[in-house]
Amino acid sequence: MIDTLRQTWNRFLALFRRASLDADLDAEIAGHLEEAIEDNVRAGMTPEEARRQALIRFGGVTQAVETQRDARGLPFLDTLRQDARYAVRAMRRDPAFSAVVVLVLALGIGANVAVFSVVNTILLRPLAFRDPGRLVWFTTNEGKGGLSGTTYTVAALEEFERHNRSFQEVATFQPFYNSVEYKLTGRGEPVSLEAVEVSGNFFPMLGVEPLIGRQFTTDESRKGGPPAVLLSYPFWQRQFGGDPAIVGRTLTIQTPFKYLPGPVTIAGVIPPSFDFGSMFAPGKNVDIFVPAYMDFWRTWGNTLAAIGRLKPGVSLAQAQAESNVLFPQLRAQHKDWYEDYKSTYSLLQDHVSGKLRRTLFVLWCAVGLLLLIVCINVSNLLLARGMSRGKELAMRTALGAGRGRLIRQLLTESLLLSGIGATLGLAVAWALTFALARQNQMALPLLSTVRLDAAALAWTAVIAIAVAAIFGLAPALRMSVGNLHELLKDGGAGMSQGRRHERLRSALVVAEIALACVLLVGSGLLLRSFLRLLDVDLGFQPAHVAAMKIEINDNDNGARRGVLIKQILDRVRALPGVEAVGTTDMLPLDRNRSWALIAKENLNDKRDHPAFAYVVSPGYLEAMGMRLRRGSDISWRDRVDTQCSVVINEAGARREWPGQDPIGRLAYGPCRDAARVIGVISDVRESSLEDRANTQMYVPMTQADPEGMELVVRTRLAIATLDPPVLSILRQLNASQPRTQFRPVQTVVDHAVSPRRFLMMLVTAFAFFGLLLASLGIYGVISYSVTRRSQEIGIRMALGASAARVQMGIVSQTLRLTLIGIACGGAASFAIARAIRSLLYGTQPTDPLVFAGVLLVLAAVALLAGHIPARRASHIDPMTVLRGL
Amino acid sequence: MSKERLELLQGTLDLMVLQTLAGMGQLHGYGIARRIEQASGNQVLLNQGTIYASLVRLQQRGWIAAEWGVSDNNRKARFYAITPRGRKQLAEDAANWRRLSDLMNRMLTAPEGAGQ
Repeated sequence: MIDTLRQTWNRFLALFRRASLDADLDAEIAGHLEEAIEDNVRAGMTPEEARRQALIRFGGVTQAVETQRDARGLPFLDTLRQDARYAVRAMRRDPAFSAVVVLVLALGIGANVAVFSVVNTILLRPLAFRDPGRLVWFTTNEGKGGLSGTTYTVAALEEFERHNRSFQEVATFQPFYNSVEYKLTGRGEPVSLEAVEVSGNFFPMLGVEPLIGRQFTTDESRKGGPPAVLLSYPFWQRQFGGDPAIVGRTLTIQTPFKYLPGPVTIAGVIPPSFDFGSMFAPGKNVDIFVPAYMDFWRTWGNTLAAIGRLKPGVSLAQAQAESNVLFPQLRAQHKDWYEDYKSTYSLLQDHVSGKLRRTLFVLWCAVGLLLLIVCINVSNLLLARGMSRGKELAMRTALGAGRGRLIRQLLTESLLLSGIGATLGLAVAWALTFALARQNQMALPLLSTVRLDAAALAWTAVIAIAVAAIFGLAPALRMSVGNLHELLKDGGAGMSQGRRHERLRSALVVAEIALACVLLVGSGLLLRSFLRLLDVDLGFQPAHVAAMKIEINDNDNGARRGVLIKQILDRVRALPGVEAVGTTDMLPLDRNRSWALIAKENLNDKRDHPAFAYVVSPGYLEAMGMRLRRGSDISWRDRVDTQCSVVINEAGARREWPGQDPIGRLAYGPCRDAARVIGVISDVRESSLEDRANTQMYVPMTQADPEGMELVVRTRLAIATLDPPVLSILRQLNASQPRTQFRPVQTVVDHAVSPRRFLMMLVTAFAFFGLLLASLGIYGVISYSVTRRSQEIGIRMALGASAARVQMGIVSQTLRLTLIGIACGGAASFAIARAIRSLLYGTQPTDPLVFAGVLLVLAAVALLAGHIPARRASHIDPMTVLRGL
Repeated sequence: MSKERLELLQGTLDLMVLQTLAGMGQLHGYGIARRIEQASGNQVLLNQGTIYASLVRLQQRGWIAAEWGVSDNNRKARFYAITPRGRKQLAEDAANWRRLSDLMNRMLTAPEGAGQ
C-alpha cells in the first residue's frame, strides 16, 4: 500500500522531470548497446553483424523508451497535456468559430449559474441563523384575514409560552411597522426612520450577534426601562459613516405615545448578514430595531408576529399536535380573547421561501432547457466544423491514432471550450447576481443576499463538465468514424458521409426547435397570465397618483387632526396641476390591518366578521380613483362629535346585507359606537392582484385613530416637481416635518406583481435566446445542405428547374424540419403547461392563442432562417457547376 | 527466434529482476538482461529494452536503488542494487509464485475428470 502510494507520487513527480529522465535513459540505452556490441564482437561477429544482433536483441529503441516513459509517468496525464495543447492550437486556428461557441456557452452557463444562485439562496441554503431547522413560524386563523388575522395579542403569546412544552422560547416582532413613527432629530434636518419593534430575545433566539455593541438588556426590553435601539448595518453606514464609536452614544428620537422617552442609547449594530426586510418584508429597508415593550402592545389587540425555537428532539408535528389542544384550552380560560389563536406551524425557512418554491423550480427548469439548447447548438456547430476537419482527423488516423484516442482528443477540445465558456459564464452570472441583489423593488425574499458562493462555483464546474460531455459526445463519435480513403481524396467529404452527417444534424435541429417550442409556450403562458393580471380591475387608478408619508402632530385628538389635515389638503389642492388630494393611513396592496365590521342585524352571529380598515380623509377615494357605487363619500361634516360614518365596499355589503341596500344601515366595528353606512365603493384589491377583495371599510380620520398618514395626490405633473412645494406647505404647518418625498402609487402595484414579472421576464428572455439559437441551427443545417447539393442543384437548373422551384425545394425542407420539431415540442409543451398551471392567472394551460402564436413565431423564424440559403441556392450558376464536374 | 521460447507473463519480469539483483549484487541494465537470459537457458523471449520499464517501476516503488558508475569495460553505466524493502518484497512474491506454480502443477497433472 505504502509502496503503491510512493510509486504514484514518483510517477507524478516524473511528469516534471521529463527532460532529465529522458537524457538518463538515452545514455543508459546507448551504454547497453555498446556493451552488447562489444560482447558480440568478442564472440567473433563482424562489427556490422554485432551491431545488428545487438539491436535485434534489444527489440526497438523507440518502443523501449516509450514503455519506460509509460511505466515511470502517468500516461493519462501525459496524453491529456498533449490533447490540451492540441486543443488550444485547434481553437486558435479558427478564432471566429471558437469565439461564437464560447460566447453561446458563456451566456447559457452564466444564466444557469445565476439562476442556481437565486434558487440556492432562497430555497436550498439554510437561513443564516443558529440551528435554523428548529425555528418555527406561527400563523393563526389559517393565514386568512391580512395581518390582523394572522397575528397575536401579547396576552395570548404569554399564556402560550407559559403552558407549552414544545418550544424553548418564542420571540416576536411587530409587523405593522408604522404603528409607531420614529423621527431622528437634533442632527440637522429631521429624518424619519424605518423601524421594527422586536422582542428582547428576538436576536438572541435567532442567533444573530451584533456586529459591534451588544443585545438589548432585560431592562431595556421593558416598558419604562432605559430607551435603546440597535442599528441596521446599512443605516449605520449611511447615517454614521460606519463609525464604531457611535455605539454607546445617545440619539434624540421623537416618538408618539412617549414610546422612547428621552435620549436613546445605541446598543449596537446588527451585522449585514441579517437583512430583516429581505426575510420578513421584501422591499422594506429597516433603519433601527426598537424593543417591543409588551406592556405597551398589550392593549393594541393582534399586533405580534411570532417565531419559536423548538426544544431539541421535538418535531414540528409534535408541536402542532400540542398547539391544537393547548390554544382552545387557553381560550376557554380567557373569555376576553378575540379568538382561540389556533395556530399553524411551518419551518421559518418554508414561511420565508415556501411560496416561491414552484416559481423557482420552473425557472430552474427553464434555464436548464436553455442550457440543453445551447449544448445542441454547440454540438451542431462542432459537427459543421467537423466536416472541414475531416481530413485532419483522417490524417491522424492514418498515422496510427485509434478511435478511442480521437474521441478523447475531441472531448478534450470540448472540455476546453466549455471550460472557457464557464469562466466567462461566471462573469455573466456575477453581473446578473450583482444586479439582482441590488434592486429592492422586488417582493422576493432573501434576494439581497444572492451572491456567487462556493456552491455556485461547484455547480459551474458540474455544468461545464456535463455540458462538454453532452455537446462533445455526438460530434466526437460521428467524426471519429470516417472513410479514410474518401476523406483523404481531394474532394473532401463524400456523398454518403455527408448525408449521414446531415441526418444527425437535422435530428439535432429538430430537438432544438422542440425545446425552443417548450420554452416559448411556457413563456407565452406566463406572459399572458401577467397581462391578464395587469388587466385586473384594481378598484383604483394607480396612474398619476402619488403618496407621501406625512406627520400630523394631533396628540391623538380627532378634532385637532381634522383641522390640521383640512389645512394641508386645502393648500395642496390649490397648487397648480393638482387634481385631487386626500389622506389615508394605509394604501391598498401596501400595508393592511383589519378590524371588525358587523351589521347590527348580525350581532348574534358568533363568527368573525373581519374587515380591512382604512382611516381616510374626505377626497381620498376620489384621489385614488376608487369608484363610489351608491351613497356618498366621507365629508368634512363627519366630525368627532357627529355620528360615525363608514364607506364599505361591495364585498362588505354582500356579506353583511346580502340582497339589501346597505345605505343608512348601522354596523359595529369601525368606531366605538354604531357607525352608519353612507356609501358603497367598488371592490379594491387590497392584499394581492390575484385574490378577490375582502370586506373593506373606510372610516373618517376624525372618528378613528390612524396608524401613520399618507398624503395622496392625483396629478398630471411629473411627481418630483411637487416635492418642494408640498414639503414647504407641510413645514409651514409643522416645523418638525421630516424630509419626505412622493412615491408613485404604481410602485406599490409593481411591487405586488414583481415575483410574477420576475419569472415572466426571465423565462421570456430564455425563450428568445433559445429561439435565436434554434434559428441559427436551422440556418446552419440548411446552408450546409445547399452547399453539399450545389452540384445537384446546378444540374437541375441546367435541366430546366426554375429558381423559384429550387427555392421552394429548400424552403419545404426547412419547413419539414420545423414542423417535426413543433410537433414534438408541442406535445411536450402540452404536458409541461399542465405542470405550471398553478403559476398561471386567468389563463388555461392549453390557451389556444399561446400555442398558435408559438407555432407562427417558430414557423416564421424557421422560414427566415431557411430563406437565406434558399436564395443562395437559386443563384447557383448552372454553367459554373457543369464546368466543375 | 524459435517457437519454443517462452512469452513472459505479466509481472514475472519484475520478479526475475529482483531475484537477479538479490543474487548478483550491483548490475547494470545490460548485465541484468544477460543474466536473466543465461539463467533461463535462453528459454525466455526477452526484448532487452523492456527491462528498463521494469527497472523504473521497481525503483519508483523503492525496491531497488540506482546510481551511476563505471562498468568493467570502463564505460559510464547505471548500476542497480536491491534494497532491504526489495528483499522483503522478493521473499513475499517468491512464496506466492511457488504456491501458484504448485497449484498449477497439481491442476494440470490431475487425471481428466477427477473430482466428479
